[in-house]
Amino acid sequence: MSKLVTIDGLTKRFHNQNRSALQNVTTQIESGRIVGLVGPDGAGKTTLLRLIAGLLRADDGRIEVGGLDPVANARQVRKRIAYMPQRFGLYEDLSVGENLILYADLRGVVGSARKETFERLLEFTGLGSFTDRLAGALSGGMKQKLGLACALVATPELLLLDEPSVGVDPISRRELWRMVGQLTEEGITVVWATAYLDEAEQCETVLVLSEGELIFDGRPTDLTAGVDGRVYLVEGIKGDRRQVLNRARQHEAVLDGTIQASDVRLLLMETAQVPSLDSLTGGAGARLRRIPPRFEDAFIDLIGGGFRAESPFARNSERSHGATIVVEARGLTRMFGSFTAASEISFDVRRGEVFGLIGPNGAGKSTTFKMLCGLLKPTSGEARIAGVDLRTAASQARARLGYMAQKFSLYGDLSTLQNLRFFARVYGLTGAKQRLTIERMIDSFALADKLDENSSQLPLGFKQRLSLACATMHEPDVLFLDEPTSGVDPRTRREFWAHINTMVTNGVTVIVTTHFLDEAEYCDRAALIYRGGMVALGPPSELKARAISPELPSPTFEDAFIALIEQIEAGRAR
Amino acid sequence: MTFSRLAAIMRKETRQAVRDPSTLMISGLLPIMLIFLFGYAVSFDPRELSIGVVVEQPTSETESFVASLRNTRYFGIEVAIDRQVFASRMAAGKLDAIIVLPQDFSATALRGEAAPIQVLVDGGDPNTAGLVGSYVEMLVLNWLEQEWLDRGQPPLAPLVSIEPRTWFNAEVSSRNYLVPGSLAIILTIIGALLTALVVAREWERGTMEALLATPVGPLELLLGKLIPYFVLGLGSFMLSVLVTVGFFDVPFRGSFLALALAASLFMLCSLGQGLLISTLTRNQLVAAQVAVMLAFLPAFYFSNFVFELDSMPPALQLFSYVIPARFLVSTLQTQFLAGNVWAVLLPDLAGLAIFGIVIFAVCALFTRTRLD
Amino acid sequence: MWHRIYALIVKELLASARDPQTRWVVLFSPPFLLLIYAFAITQEVSDVTLAVYNQDQGRASIELISRFEGAGVFDEIVHLRAEAEIARAIDTRRATLVLRVGEDFSRRLERGENAQVQLILDGRRSNTAQILLGYSSRIVKAFNEERLHQLGLVPPIRLVQRTWFNSNLEPLWSAVPALFAVLVAVVGFMVSALSIARERELGTFEQLLVSPLRPFEILVGKSVPALLIALTSASAMLVLGLLFLNVPIRGSLALLFVGMLMYLSAIIGIGLFISSLAKTQQQAIIGLFMYMVPAVLISGYATPVENMPDWLQGLATATPITHFIVISKAVYLRDAPIGLYFSHIWPMAVIAAVSLSAAIWLFRRRTG
Repeated sequence: MSKLVTIDGLTKRFHNQNRSALQNVTTQIESGRIVGLVGPDGAGKTTLLRLIAGLLRADDGRIEVGGLDPVANARQVRKRIAYMPQRFGLYEDLSVGENLILYADLRGVVGSARKETFERLLEFTGLGSFTDRLAGALSGGMKQKLGLACALVATPELLLLDEPSVGVDPISRRELWRMVGQLTEEGITVVWATAYLDEAEQCETVLVLSEGELIFDGRPTDLTAGVDGRVYLVEGIKGDRRQVLNRARQHEAVLDGTIQASDVRLLLMETAQVPSLDSLTGGAGARLRRIPPRFEDAFIDLIGGGFRAESPFARNSERSHGATIVVEARGLTRMFGSFTAASEISFDVRRGEVFGLIGPNGAGKSTTFKMLCGLLKPTSGEARIAGVDLRTAASQARARLGYMAQKFSLYGDLSTLQNLRFFARVYGLTGAKQRLTIERMIDSFALADKLDENSSQLPLGFKQRLSLACATMHEPDVLFLDEPTSGVDPRTRREFWAHINTMVTNGVTVIVTTHFLDEAEYCDRAALIYRGGMVALGPPSELKARAISPELPSPTFEDAFIALIEQIEAGRAR
Repeated sequence: MTFSRLAAIMRKETRQAVRDPSTLMISGLLPIMLIFLFGYAVSFDPRELSIGVVVEQPTSETESFVASLRNTRYFGIEVAIDRQVFASRMAAGKLDAIIVLPQDFSATALRGEAAPIQVLVDGGDPNTAGLVGSYVEMLVLNWLEQEWLDRGQPPLAPLVSIEPRTWFNAEVSSRNYLVPGSLAIILTIIGALLTALVVAREWERGTMEALLATPVGPLELLLGKLIPYFVLGLGSFMLSVLVTVGFFDVPFRGSFLALALAASLFMLCSLGQGLLISTLTRNQLVAAQVAVMLAFLPAFYFSNFVFELDSMPPALQLFSYVIPARFLVSTLQTQFLAGNVWAVLLPDLAGLAIFGIVIFAVCALFTRTRLD
Repeated sequence: MWHRIYALIVKELLASARDPQTRWVVLFSPPFLLLIYAFAITQEVSDVTLAVYNQDQGRASIELISRFEGAGVFDEIVHLRAEAEIARAIDTRRATLVLRVGEDFSRRLERGENAQVQLILDGRRSNTAQILLGYSSRIVKAFNEERLHQLGLVPPIRLVQRTWFNSNLEPLWSAVPALFAVLVAVVGFMVSALSIARERELGTFEQLLVSPLRPFEILVGKSVPALLIALTSASAMLVLGLLFLNVPIRGSLALLFVGMLMYLSAIIGIGLFISSLAKTQQQAIIGLFMYMVPAVLISGYATPVENMPDWLQGLATATPITHFIVISKAVYLRDAPIGLYFSHIWPMAVIAAVSLSAAIWLFRRRTG
C-alpha cells in the first residue's frame, strides 16, 4: 500500500509552553486506512492534525501529504484533504442547507455532482427534513453530524477528524462510524482523533500519543493482546459494588478498576497474583471471572495504570443512607413554543443513589436536567429537591446542592486559588473552615503547582478536577453533573468517578446526564429519555437484560440503548 | 482565485449580515439617529446669551443703554440693582456675563470723562467669554452713535466697524457642515467597528479554522468578507446623503460621482482598519474597544468635523494625517457647501488612496492561512 | 448574604485586575485619553491663515492691516491681488478668513465718516469663523481706541472687562471638566454593560444561578465593583488633571464624589439593563454604542443644551451625563452654590432608581 502521509522527526513548540506539543514524531499513514489517534488530554492530537492540514508550521522535522509540504503547497494540499476541527465552525446563523452550499462552493462541487452529494449526505446524517433549520437551533449531536457532512462535501483523499463523536449519542456515533467505514471502502484515508477507546479499537491502526511523544504505532489488537489474561470481572457482588471497587483499586495487584453495571472490572499488574476475593469483600456469592481484554485496558496499561489514590471525599461526614426520597420529579413538562421538549416526566431519586439521564441528542435530557436544578421553569409539573422547589427556594436550599456544567464554567481569568475562594465564599464557607477546606482540596486534587495559574490555561484534566472541587467543597447533599466527562481521556474519567463513588458511599445523591454509556454503568438507576418522554427506567443491568437477544447474548449498555430505541421506533411504526 | 469561491464567501457573509438585527441597527438605525442628532442637537450656532445688568442708579442714560441691549437678538437681559444675586447665579453657570453700570455712570458720562462699564464674563467657556466681550463692545459703539444722533451732536470721531460675511453658509447654520461631516463617522462605524467584530467573531467561534482548511485562498477570503460590508457601508452612506439633502435641506453643490468616489476610497480605508484590528486581536471584546479607540474616536476628534484641527498642538495636527476621516470630512464639507473644488478633492483622494494602500499592505503582512 | 456579595465583588475586581487587556482598557486608557483629547478639544483658534485684499492704499488701511498682522492670531498673511482670488482662497481652504478693505476706506475716515471693512469667513467652519470674528472685532476696537487717543479724545465710555473663574481664558480649563464627566461614564458603561453578557456567553452564568446567590445579590455584586473601578479611574483622572494639566479644583471634592456616586449608580443601572437585554457580547457592545453616542451628543458635552429644541432638552434631562457635566464644571472652576448641586443630584438619583429597578426586573425575567 502506498504511503499517503509521511511524518519524520516532527517537533512543534508553542512559545508560551515549556514542553513541546509534539516531540520527534515519526510515522507513516497508508492510504485507504482508518487510523485512530488517541492519547490523554494535551498529548498533542489536535496539534498533529493541524500540522497535517498545514494550519500550523512545524518547528523541526518533515511532513508530507501525497509528497507535498502542507504549508508550502497549502492550496494543493487543502484540495486533497478535508478537516473537521474539534469545535467545527458551523455558521449558526445560516441554515443546514446554506452551510452545506457554502462548503460545496468552496470546494468546487457543482451541478449534478452536488445534488448527488447532498442527497447522500443528508440521508447519511438524517438531516434531510431539517435543511431549512438554522444550524444554531440544532442539538449538539446534529451539529456534529452537520459538521461532518460539511467536511465531506467533496470526496477528499484524506479525512482528518478531531474528536468527531464528543457529545454525540450512541446511535449517532454508530452512524458516524458506518459513514466513515464506507468512505474507507471508497479508498479514502481517515485519521480519527478520539478520547473514546471503543472507537479506536475499531481502527485498523492506532497512534497513541502521550505528552507529545508517539508511544505506540500499530494495530490495536497487538496492544490489546499484551494484557490478555489480566482482565477479570467480579460478579455476583452482594452489598455495595462501589466499596468493592474502592478496595480493589488500592490493592497492590490491581492496576485499574471500573464499575460495569452491577459488577466490577479489574486490570491486574503484569506479574501479579489474582487477588483473593476475601480481600475485596464482595460478599459470599462473589466470584472472579477472566474476560477478554478491551483496547481501553491495554491503553491504561500503556500509560501506567488508572487512578489509584484515595479520594479526599473519603473523609467527609457520612450521611444516613436509606429510603429517604431526595429528588422528586412530578409530571415535568416543558414547551418551547409549540414544541414539547419534555413531557410528563416523573421519577424519585433516593438518598445515596446515582441516577442517570440518558437518551439521544435532542431527546429532552438537558431540558429535564435544567428543570430539576431550577435553571428552567417547567410549563407544568414540579421538581422538588429535598422537599423544596429550587426555582422559588430560598438560597439556603440551593446551598445544599452542587452543580458541574458540561462546558468548563469556572472563571477563566481568575487563578485556581481565586476560583476556590470565590466558590467557598458563595457557598458560605468562612474563616478557618474555608481555609481548611481549600487546603484539603488543594492537597487531594494535587492543585498546589497550579494555584496561581489562570484556570483557562490549565490542562483539561486539571480543569476537570478544579470544577469538581468547586462544585463539591461545601459538601452538598445533591450533586448535578451535566455530561461531566465529555471529551475527557480514560484516566481522568476514572479519577473523576473515583471521587463521585466515594461521595455516594457517604450518602451524597448524584444526578448525571451522559452520552458515554460506559459512564452510565456507574449509575444505580437510569432513565432513558426519548422524544421528550421517559421511555424506560431501571438499573443498568436490568436495561441491558431487556436487550438480550439470540444475536446479542451479552449486550453492552450501548447495545441495550440502541435496542431499546429500536424497539420503541418499531412500536411507533405499528 | 476563482469567482465561485469568492461568490460563496460573499453570499455567506451577506446572509449573516442580513439576519443579524444588530447589523441592521448599526447600518440603518444608527446613521439616521446620528444625522438627526447632528441636525438638531449639536449646534455651534450663536445662541442667546444670558446677561445680568446691574444698574446701581437708574437714570435716563442707563435706561436707554439697557433698552439698546434688549434690542439685539444676542442677549437675554435681566436687570437688578444689586450684583450679589447675579454673582451667585453666574457661579451656578446660569448667567454668561454681568454688566455693571456703576452709581456715577451718568454723572461721569455727562462730565465728558470716560464712564466705566464693568463687564464680568464667565470664563468657564473661553469662547463664549470672548464672544460676550466683543458683542458688548459692538453694542456700546452703536449705542454711543445713537446717543449722539439723538442729542444732535456730531460723532466724536470716525470709527471703523466690521461687516461680517460668511460664505457658503450665509445663515451660519452649523448643521450644514456638521451633518455632512457626520457621514464620515457613520462610514467609520460600519467599516472599522462592524468589520472588526465580524472577523473577530470567526476566530472566536472557531469557524475560521474550518474555512482555512478548505482550498479558499487569502485573497478570496478577504474580498469575500469585505465586499458585502463595502456595499452595506455605501448603501448606508447613500441613505444618509438622501436624508441629509432631502430632510435637512443641506445644500449639495458638488458632484455625486466625486462624492461616491471619495466615500468608496474611505470605505476601503475603514475596512482595512477593521480587518487589521480583528486579525491582530481575534477577540470581539478587545476588537471593539480597539476599534473605538483607534478608529471611531480619532475620526471624531481629529478630522476637523467637530473640533478644529487648526487649534490643536502641532503634534496632534501631524497625527491627523494618518486619520483617513480627516480627508473625507474636508471633501464632504466642500462637496456639500462649496462644490467640486479640485484643489481640495484631489489631495484628499490622494491621501485616502495612500492610506488605503498602506493599510492593505500591512493587512497582507499579517494575514495568514495558518493558525500560528 | 454579605459574604456572598463580598465574594462576587472580590471576584469581579480580581478578574478585571488580572487580565492585562481589561486592566489597560478599563483603568489606564481613560486617564490617557483625558490627556490626549483634552488638547484635541481645546477650541482655541490659532495658526490660521488670513488673506487680505486691500483696494485702498491710504495710511489708515495700512495701519489697520498691520494691526491684524501683529495680533499673533494669524500665522500667515496672504495678500490678494484681485477680487477673484478671494473666492479661490476660501474655496481651497488656503485662508480661513479674508479681510477686504474697500477703496474709499481711508478717504471716508479722513472725511470724518465712519468706515466699514468686510470680513469674509469660511462657513464650512462656522465655529472657527465666529471665534475669528471675535478676535477681529477686538483688533478693530484697539485700532479705534488708538485713533481716538491720537486725536486727543477721551472715549466717553470705558469698558472694563473682567473674567471670572478662568481669568486667562485657558481653553483646557473648560475642556477638562466636561471630558472628565464623559470618560467616567465610558468606564462605568463598559464595565457594567459587558458584565452579565460576558458570563452568559462564557457559560459561567448558570453556575451562579444554581448557587445560593439571589438575583438581587448578583446585581449588587456586579454594581459595586463597577462603581469601585470607575471611581478609581476617576480619581486617577482628577490627579492627572491637577498634576499635568494644571486645572484647579475650586469647589468641594466631597460634593463631587457625592455627585459621582449618584452619577455612576445611574450609569451602571443603564449598563446592567443593556447587559441583561443582550444575548451576546456583540449585542451588548452594539447596544451600548446605540445608547452612549447619542447620550453624549445631547448631554451638552460638545455644544450647549440650551441650543437644542425643547423636546431634545427634555431627553437630555433624562440622561445622567447632562447633569454630571454641570456638577463637574461647577466643582472644577466655580465653587458653585450648594443649591446647584442638589438640583442636579436628585435627577440622577431618580434615573439610578429607575434604571436599577428596571435592570433587576429584566434580569429576573430573562433568567426565568
